[in-house]
Amino acid sequence: MGIEQLYTEIITEHNNSGRNKHHIENPTVIKKGVNPSCGDEIALELREKNGVIEDAAFTGIGCAISQASASMMVDVIKGKTTQEAEKLADTFFGMIKNEITDEEKLEPLEDAVALKDIAHMPARVKCAVLGWHTLEEAIKDEGAGNGK
Amino acid sequence: MNPYLEDFPILKSESNGKRLVYLDNAATTQHPVQVIDAVDGYYRTSNANPHRGLYGLSVKATQMYEDARHAVGEFIGAEKDSEIIFTRNATEALNLVAYSYGLNFLHEGDEIVLPVSEHHSNILPWQMVSKAKGAKLRYMYPDKSGRLTDEEINSKITGKTRLVAIAHVSNVLGTVNPVKKIIEKAHSVGAAVVLDCAQSIPHYKIDVKGLGADFIAFSGHKMLAPMGIGVLYGKGELLEKMPPFLTGGEMIEYVDENGATFAPLPQKFEAGTQNVGGAVGLGAAIKYIENVGYENIGKTEDGLLSYALGRFAELPHVTVYGDAKSAKERCGVISFNVDGVHPHDVATILDTDNVAIRAGHHCAQPLMHYLGVNATCRASLYFYNTKEDIDALAKSLKKVRGWLGLGD
Repeated sequence: MGIEQLYTEIITEHNNSGRNKHHIENPTVIKKGVNPSCGDEIALELREKNGVIEDAAFTGIGCAISQASASMMVDVIKGKTTQEAEKLADTFFGMIKNEITDEEKLEPLEDAVALKDIAHMPARVKCAVLGWHTLEEAIKDEGAGNGK
Repeated sequence: MNPYLEDFPILKSESNGKRLVYLDNAATTQHPVQVIDAVDGYYRTSNANPHRGLYGLSVKATQMYEDARHAVGEFIGAEKDSEIIFTRNATEALNLVAYSYGLNFLHEGDEIVLPVSEHHSNILPWQMVSKAKGAKLRYMYPDKSGRLTDEEINSKITGKTRLVAIAHVSNVLGTVNPVKKIIEKAHSVGAAVVLDCAQSIPHYKIDVKGLGADFIAFSGHKMLAPMGIGVLYGKGELLEKMPPFLTGGEMIEYVDENGATFAPLPQKFEAGTQNVGGAVGLGAAIKYIENVGYENIGKTEDGLLSYALGRFAELPHVTVYGDAKSAKERCGVISFNVDGVHPHDVATILDTDNVAIRAGHHCAQPLMHYLGVNATCRASLYFYNTKEDIDALAKSLKKVRGWLGLGD
């Protein structure tokens, strides 16, 4: 997929809609993530109950790729257990590093597979993984019982 | 046709059939064959560890290194070659002053004055000195157009000021700061002045005596020379009383188990084996710039800048920061944003046309906060750029919003 097509997909699906960009009710964890070099920043909110992510959303500012990637991630992780979400994050990192290319293995990432070609754009990798790194940190905080 | 283009091999390169349009000169410049050949020649015929060996090759390497120092000294009008200290870059030069001068000659309650528009490399060293010594940082704020007013200068530089750190030219807005006025004011209250010329020396003649600054820092790689070589100029009497910044080989006079005495200037500040190849490259870059001539550079850039600002004005949805119109006031740097599009997305989209610009906070986050923006795009010129480069930039910018589904 070319870069233009990548932008088109990302934009129509996520960046312009802002569907997942809001606060949620009674979050159990709120985690900030920043790319110090670009100034992208998001705050990820999760509501976890019995190990399941009941609801998720984010707020923040940044480039289209960072914001769309976070939005796609929110779609994918809702309703998953935290272990499943961590596994998805690993799959996403594998995809972006070009280590996982098997389409079947990537399928669980749903829409986020659209960001596969970021692997060939080293300058934008940090934007694509911001949401997922923040998720990892949020789950760690949640596990340690100091979510908020 | 720009007569200098031929000398720059990289500017003739293509990617996906598109010519490289290089507009990130404030970050680093490209190299003419004359510089590449000089470095190549040094490593092919003259490489040895300078100042140590007693054999012919080492003497030759030493000679070339010291010739480069002399070339730098003449270039900026230093009184003595020993006032020229080679560093890795302007950042290291500024740190040298902060650690060696700042930590030893500033005291609790002293004030360090600097503009908020400084590059991080001329802020962080002073934050370090401020924390270590209890000195106070006082920022000067530019007006809306990016200029420092007399009122701002006179109200911040006071009897308490012991040091003023300032860039000659802002790397974000391209604004030429009124450094002569600031240096005079600083000296009238007895403060030392550290001038960062990294963004100015590629474009303007620097005369250290005329300016009167106590310290001047710049990087080779922003003026056609290789990366990894930079310069600190310091007034001899100040450098003499400052302790070494780094210690180790090459900078000593005599060492025993309990102590050491240090080599005279400039070796006192040049610990360890130095970047002789880089210094030779810097010498060649200076020669190239002198051949082109600063007057010529200024004229070319002035033409390009007004042409570029004109093209930008035609583009809807593009905001340019700072209002200086001529190259006398704005040094070939245009910071801008495209409405609704993050600068990183702009840079990525331009890259598909092989147009290279910088996007981000430009290592000037305090200024970004002050301007109320998160990041900007920045196109920066040098004398080898052409109107065709500006046209390619403008054409590519026109498609940015379309890609993001925002209309033209």
